Amino acid sequence: MSYVVPKESFNGKVLSVDFGKDDKAISVGGENCLPFLSFEGDLPNRPVIAYEIQDCPPDDWPDTVKDVYKDVSGDPVTWAKHCQDNLNAKAIALRLVSTHPDRDNRSAEDAAKTIKDVLAAINVPLIILGSNHIEKDSAVLVAAAEAASGNNCIIGKAQEGNYKTIVAAALAHNHKLIAMSELDINLAKQLNILITQMGFDKSKLLTDPMCSALGYGLEYTYSVMERIRLAGLAQNDQTMQPPILGDVGIYVWKVKEVVAPEADLPEWGALEERGIAWEAVTATSMITSGTNLLIMRHPKAIETVEKTIEELT
Amino acid sequence: MALTGVQIFKLLPKTNCKKCGFPTCLAFAMKLAQGGVDLSACPDVSEEAKKTLGEASAPPIRSFSLGSGEKSVKMGGENVLFRHDKKFINPCVLAVNIADTLSDDELAGKAEEVAASELERVGQKLRIDAISIEYASGDAAKYEAAVKLVADKAPDVALILNCKDAGAAEAAVKAVANRKPLLYCATDETAEAMANIAKTNSVPLAACAEGPEALSLLTEKIKGLGVEDMVLDSGAKTAKEIIEHNTQIRRSALKKNFKPLGYPIINYVIRDDSTLETAIASVAIAKYASIVVLSSVEKWKNLALFTVRQNIYTDPQVPMQVEQKIYEISEPTADSPLMITTNFSLTYFIVSGEVENSKVPSRLAVMDCEGLSVLTAWAAGKFTAAKIAQFIIESGVGDQVSNKELILPGQVAILSGALEDKLEGWKITVGPREANALPTYLKSREA
Repeated sequence: MSYVVPKESFNGKVLSVDFGKDDKAISVGGENCLPFLSFEGDLPNRPVIAYEIQDCPPDDWPDTVKDVYKDVSGDPVTWAKHCQDNLNAKAIALRLVSTHPDRDNRSAEDAAKTIKDVLAAINVPLIILGSNHIEKDSAVLVAAAEAASGNNCIIGKAQEGNYKTIVAAALAHNHKLIAMSELDINLAKQLNILITQMGFDKSKLLTDPMCSALGYGLEYTYSVMERIRLAGLAQNDQTMQPPILGDVGIYVWKVKEVVAPEADLPEWGALEERGIAWEAVTATSMITSGTNLLIMRHPKAIETVEKTIEELT
Repeated sequence: MALTGVQIFKLLPKTNCKKCGFPTCLAFAMKLAQGGVDLSACPDVSEEAKKTLGEASAPPIRSFSLGSGEKSVKMGGENVLFRHDKKFINPCVLAVNIADTLSDDELAGKAEEVAASELERVGQKLRIDAISIEYASGDAAKYEAAVKLVADKAPDVALILNCKDAGAAEAAVKAVANRKPLLYCATDETAEAMANIAKTNSVPLAACAEGPEALSLLTEKIKGLGVEDMVLDSGAKTAKEIIEHNTQIRRSALKKNFKPLGYPIINYVIRDDSTLETAIASVAIAKYASIVVLSSVEKWKNLALFTVRQNIYTDPQVPMQVEQKIYEISEPTADSPLMITTNFSLTYFIVSGEVENSKVPSRLAVMDCEGLSVLTAWAAGKFTAAKIAQFIIESGVGDQVSNKELILPGQVAILSGALEDKLEGWKITVGPREANALPTYLKSREA
């Protein structure tokens, strides 16, 4: 019995979604095989990492990741330009944290203005994220979609409780859309169906099955992503073929392992390296299981994952 | 092809002697067909049956231990490609490579660092399992001395003798043969000599070739020389080679029952940049490596790699549980709110994460519901008013709070009346339905 390369070919294919404009536009997805297995399929687009910034100073970020942005994070425009010009960000994800009723409860109009200012200052593609408050996000993201009209952004996240208004806004202003559900392949599928039933083109959709940090449910996200991929490829399930988003930074930069000082837990080692490794390993696990677009925070973690992607492609 | 239980039964002694630990030969045959037991458990099996069954009943990926004694680690024996199908069985061995050119003090220091690497995480003890000692000096006597020194300083740690020179390997293997080291490695050129050393000393041997195909020819050759316990190195260096070779090897073994590649895999992931090495190691851990060899074992790196290994090797069919107790978040005082939820780890992580986000000091009572989420536990009769009352009383939390008020998940608001009856002197409050509403809820209570 001699060796034959065990190849698998699938009928299904991940949809290719582009965002941004002109020569800075980026495409993600488009592969017809499992992550990085180019011996049996085509992977036209490598995973992309977007730098996360927010519309107010990151007071709630741990020091390890807050300090690297301390000179620029007072203003979202400066912060965005810093990521684009000094850190060579290929894309930027702007989270409208200050609109949350528990934070500054800033208005949708304020958010729209921030978006216009940021868009005027950068030319890389922009992802616009709400504050994850179901009701407020519907108002904020509608205004955001309008403010960003013509820029082919990704907006989100549309969830079961608010998808209708957000889908309508993305449709009206021609943006791509993130559909987010909570760690369940059936919920992810159901939400994609509901959104496409509104007339939203599935080739403009990204699935966010909810990220989890290393040590805090990572295995659930990992397996939900692998199952979504297999459903889209092997079973050719059309509703499971949008590219996958991994919103890594926000889940990582709050767990004990990235916050606890070495003085308190000497057996855990150096805090800065630990935090960076935590984000890098979480993100690497996500791309290994199928993520096409990552949102991350620490420049060194991003650099590490970029190098890993370089090795993987 | 694998035999069915009945086909296997026909080849067994049919004495129902129970020496194998099963009540009947048929029960043993059925378990054998599933790969859940080894044929050697039957003391009376005939040579002929052994021969027929040996090949057919062998698991698709050979399983054996690295090292000796209590902390030896089992490798191989995997049955699936995806962890959502079934649990990945034997967690990947993490090892560190050190060169024999280091001074005695440095070697001893490294060995002791590994010996002291153990950490506890969610109830499991995790450690760097092995040391790979590299023959870099070109001096066989120096190599043997280094191997002995490391073996001596790290008495419970498994050893990998990273030595491609059969001449130098021979004495070193002999010196620590009782520790069952892995001899790394035989190539096509050194196969005879290395197989001879492995066989003489009864130690496993790594086979190293360029790519899965050449590797499959080499393992056949080594098997022909009488070595059964082998580890595979396909020469994968980049992350791409690791993920592609390892996938091809695992698929060949599992889907085609291709025996020449039915062995555990070893990946050396050494990089100059330790953070990058950590990321590449996590790819190897997720994608089928049984041994990952690193260049350094900083504490922060160990914690990250132990955790990703633990996550990947968690049983997907058994809900992860956290310990039943009253968790204190952000240093609560007697006036802080008290909430209750179930001990499904994901429920706990999400709820405690949101409570932390709220920055409101709180107590979270986590009740053992066999790892079920709130609604499922309620539906299964494990999260009932009577059981909650009993847990709260026995926990003694009532003595720690000034106001006896318990906040119930909104999903089980229906329990509040019954609970108020059962939990005398307590006020039951219904909290939000979803965890993400907790920060708003907790802050509004403070105001």
